[in-house]
Order: sequence, then structure tokens, then C-alpha cells
Amino acid sequence: MRAELYHRSVVAVLILLLTVPVLATLLYSLSEHWGATILPDDLSLSWYLQLWQDSAFLAAFGRSLAVCLGTLLLATLIIVPAVFVVFYRFPGLDKLMNALILIPFAVPPVVTSVGLLNIYADGPLNITGTPWILVGCYFTIALPFMYRSLANSLASINVRDLMDAAHLLGASTPVAFLRVILPNLRKGLMASLFLAFSFLLGDFVFANLLAGSHYETLQVYLYNMRQTSGHFTSAIVMSYFLFTLFLTWLTARFSK
Amino acid sequence: MKTTSLPLAGKPAVPVRPRSRLRHWPAALLLLPFFAMLILFSLAPMVWVLVNSVHTEQGLSLANYNDILSSPFYRQAFDNSLRISVWSSVIGLVISLLGAASLRRVSGRLRRLVVSITNMTSNLTGVPLAFAFIILVGTNGALTLLLRQWGLIEDFRLYSSNGVILIYTYFQIPLGVLLLYPAFDSLDDDWQAAASLLGARLWQYWRYVGLPVLAPAILGTFILLFANAIGAYASAYALTQGNFNLITVRIASLVSGDIFLEPNMAAALSVLLMLMLLLVTAVNQWLLKKGARHAR
Repeated sequence: MRAELYHRSVVAVLILLLTVPVLATLLYSLSEHWGATILPDDLSLSWYLQLWQDSAFLAAFGRSLAVCLGTLLLATLIIVPAVFVVFYRFPGLDKLMNALILIPFAVPPVVTSVGLLNIYADGPLNITGTPWILVGCYFTIALPFMYRSLANSLASINVRDLMDAAHLLGASTPVAFLRVILPNLRKGLMASLFLAFSFLLGDFVFANLLAGSHYETLQVYLYNMRQTSGHFTSAIVMSYFLFTLFLTWLTARFSK
Repeated sequence: MKTTSLPLAGKPAVPVRPRSRLRHWPAALLLLPFFAMLILFSLAPMVWVLVNSVHTEQGLSLANYNDILSSPFYRQAFDNSLRISVWSSVIGLVISLLGAASLRRVSGRLRRLVVSITNMTSNLTGVPLAFAFIILVGTNGALTLLLRQWGLIEDFRLYSSNGVILIYTYFQIPLGVLLLYPAFDSLDDDWQAAASLLGARLWQYWRYVGLPVLAPAILGTFILLFANAIGAYASAYALTQGNFNLITVRIASLVSGDIFLEPNMAAALSVLLMLMLLLVTAVNQWLLKKGARHAR
């Protein structure tokens, strides 16, 4: 019984440690004022109303959504066929691919930014300060999640048998891929897309260093709002947090 | 119609090899955009950093590295980065270890709740995390005011080394729990019963059975937490507006600061940062190998 009490208290402390900052931010965003009292004085949604009518916030949120969704669309169009080709035609490449996709994951974004800023600041590809450079970086952030998830889905079905069966029934390779293989990848793809989405939304380093005020995303907007009221910034933090929670929930739903 | 590879049962014993790689050139074309993106946005910047770290106005030289190693300012950045990464990883690891061990001993409903909470809070990183802590324990934070009123603290200095460690530890915990929790599957419940039958006390069980079995997982988790911390930039930058001297903050300010830019210096700092990551990973691999030999 003593052991049970101990384990329950440890888990309770863990929950407390993790949730207190979130709950405090939530309460702060919902309160008009909060001085030296345990609970704030009066609750209201006024900070959220102010935030969601702020055109700068809506524009930044829109930019974030545009660049993230654009990246995920491009990544799907590029990565899905690539993983399939590796599995179907060049299975020997899988090892190399697994090593390559880890590079963007292992190298800190600050380091990559140093190279990117210097390569794309002038020359033929002058894309620094535009959303295009973010699309490129975000592609590499999404890559490990999407590749691994798709590779796992493909490994769990017998690609060659399915393709051979489709060929025997008269389907061409592209048709067989679209109608036989692709439906099998749907769940894994959706789960990895939502996971990647929440990672992309969380990016501050690339957005701040490569695009900055030229293309102010949600995270950069939040940082630039640091001098305003803490109630207002906590309303931004909570709005962002709830949105990523929604994405996490979708990821979990599709992972089952 | 291709019927060359109709397997009779299950997987073909001999892998079907294309007769010629050239036969698959349309398929290979589909890989082109993939490699193009990877090269443009991941490999090319890495190569640029490596090459330019040994470039100065006088040509090829190690002067950048020499400047870094002889500068107290850069050495402080390395000291701070190392100290904060090690402390936040160790504290985060201990909390996750205790948490993961207890998580296995509570009811399924509570366990699922904690797993979803760790999943949720792993989203709170970077700028939003720094802001949440400013609201809670900043100079005028709700908790700071409360504790000061009760006379428990004079002042908590969030915008300092301890503050950065606190925030880093917060983002290490969910990661640590998620990584360590599955490792506890390798501990058989019967071992603890057997140890206590043989007269071992609880600490002896953990000292001689539990922790040695978990050691590879603990070590691996530590490396990931350390790498996570030493490469982090956003939360420390947002907390101190770039005034706290970390390697990542230095690198970023050398390529995007307002005063003057020294991209080659940033490249050399980046290479040193990567070398530190490589070194830690290599030590981890070596320890794992040594441990595996020892176990045999």
C-alpha cells in the first residue's frame, strides 16, 4: 500500500509539473488582471476577442497555414512516389535513404540556416526573405516523419505481389499504384502529415532567420508581441497550443 | 505484361533483381525531385558550412577556429551551452526515470492520461514555452508575485542560467518520459520478486538489476536530450532576447545580427557544435559496445 501511494504521488507530481505552466497561461489569458493572488480577479474572453480581431495576428496565422500546408502538399507529391519507387524498384536504396533523411533531423536548424542564408541570399536562387525558402526547409523537417511512416506502411503490405496481381489484371504501373498501393498508405500518410504539421507550426528558427519580418509567421509574430500585455501574449500562446492539440488528436486518431 | 516475379508462396526466396538498372529510368526520374530538395536545403548548406569554416579573407586557414578557441566570449558560449544542456538533460532524465518507473505501477486509466499529457505538453516548446514561463515565474509572474508576497523568495531570476535550465528541463521531461517508458518493458516483474526473495532490498534491486538492464536506454535517452538541448535556440532567445550567451545564439547573431555579419565565423562555430554532437554520440556508441561485451 505504501508503494502504491508512492507511485501515485510521483505520477501526480509529474502531471503537476507538466500542466502547471499550461494551466497558468490559460488562466492568465482568461483573466482581465492577475496580481498577487492564487486565482485571478475576473474572468473574461476579452483578450481572445481582441486577438482574433487583430489583423496582424490573422495575417501571420494565415501565412503560417499557407506555408505549412503548401509544404505538406509539395512533400506529399514528392515523397510518396519516391518511397514507392524505392520499395518497388530500388529496394537496395532504402538503407541510404534512411541515413539521408536523418541528416535534417540531426543537424540543428541554426546550423542549416547559416548555409542557407549565404547560398540563397543572392545568385540564381535569390529566395531569402520569401516563403519559398521556408517551403524548402520545412520539406526537410517533414521528410523524416513522412518517409518513415510511409516506409512502415509499405513494409506492412506486400508491394510486389499487389503490383503483380494488378498487372495481371491489366493495370498499368501508375494505375496500379494509384488504385492499389495508395489506398493502403492513406492512414500512415495522414498521421505523419498531422504530426509534421504541428512540427512545422512550431518552427521559429528558420522563420525568424530566413524570412523574419519579410514574411512574418505565427511564431515570429508571437515573438514580436513580447512587449505587449502578458494577457494578450498568453491568448496567442493558448490559441497556438489548442491548434497543435487538435493536430495531435488528429495524428492519434489516424495512427490507430 | 510482367510476370517475371510471380511468387508461388510468400516472399520469393531469391530477391528479384532487375536485369538492368537502365530499364527503370522512368522510375528513377521520380526520385529526382526528392534528391533535388534534399540536396538544395539540407546537404548544400552543410557543405557550405564545412567549406567556409576553413575560409578567411587570406584563403584557406584554420584562423576562424583559432579565433574562437582563444576568445573568452566564445568560450563562455560553449561553457554555457554545455552546462545548460548537461544539467537540463540530467534533471530531465531523473524526473522522467522516476516518472516512467511509477507510471508502470498505476492504473491503466491514469497511465493513459499521463501519456496524453506528455504528448500534449511536448508541443509546448520554443517561443510559446518561454512566454508561458515568463507569465508564471517572470519578474511579474503570477507565481513569483505570490511567493514573494508569502515571503518565500526574494526574487527568482528567470532571465539567467537557472531560468534557462528550468525551461529546458521542462521540454526535456515529455521527451524523456516518451523515450524511457517503453524501455521499462524489458524489466520482468518476477525479477523484483526474485531479488526480494533472495533478501535484496529495493535499492539493491535497482542498483544491481533494474538500472543495469535499463542502462542502454538511459544512455540513449540522455544523448537525445543532450542533442535536443545543445541545438535549441528559440526558447533561450525568446526568454532573454538573445542576451544569454549560447553557441546557437552566437551562430544566429553572426549571420543575422544588426551590426556586422561574419558568416565564416558562424560556419566554424557550427562545425564545432556538430563535432560536439558527434563526440557525444561516439562516446555513447562506445559505452554501449563496452556494456554489451561486459554482459556476455
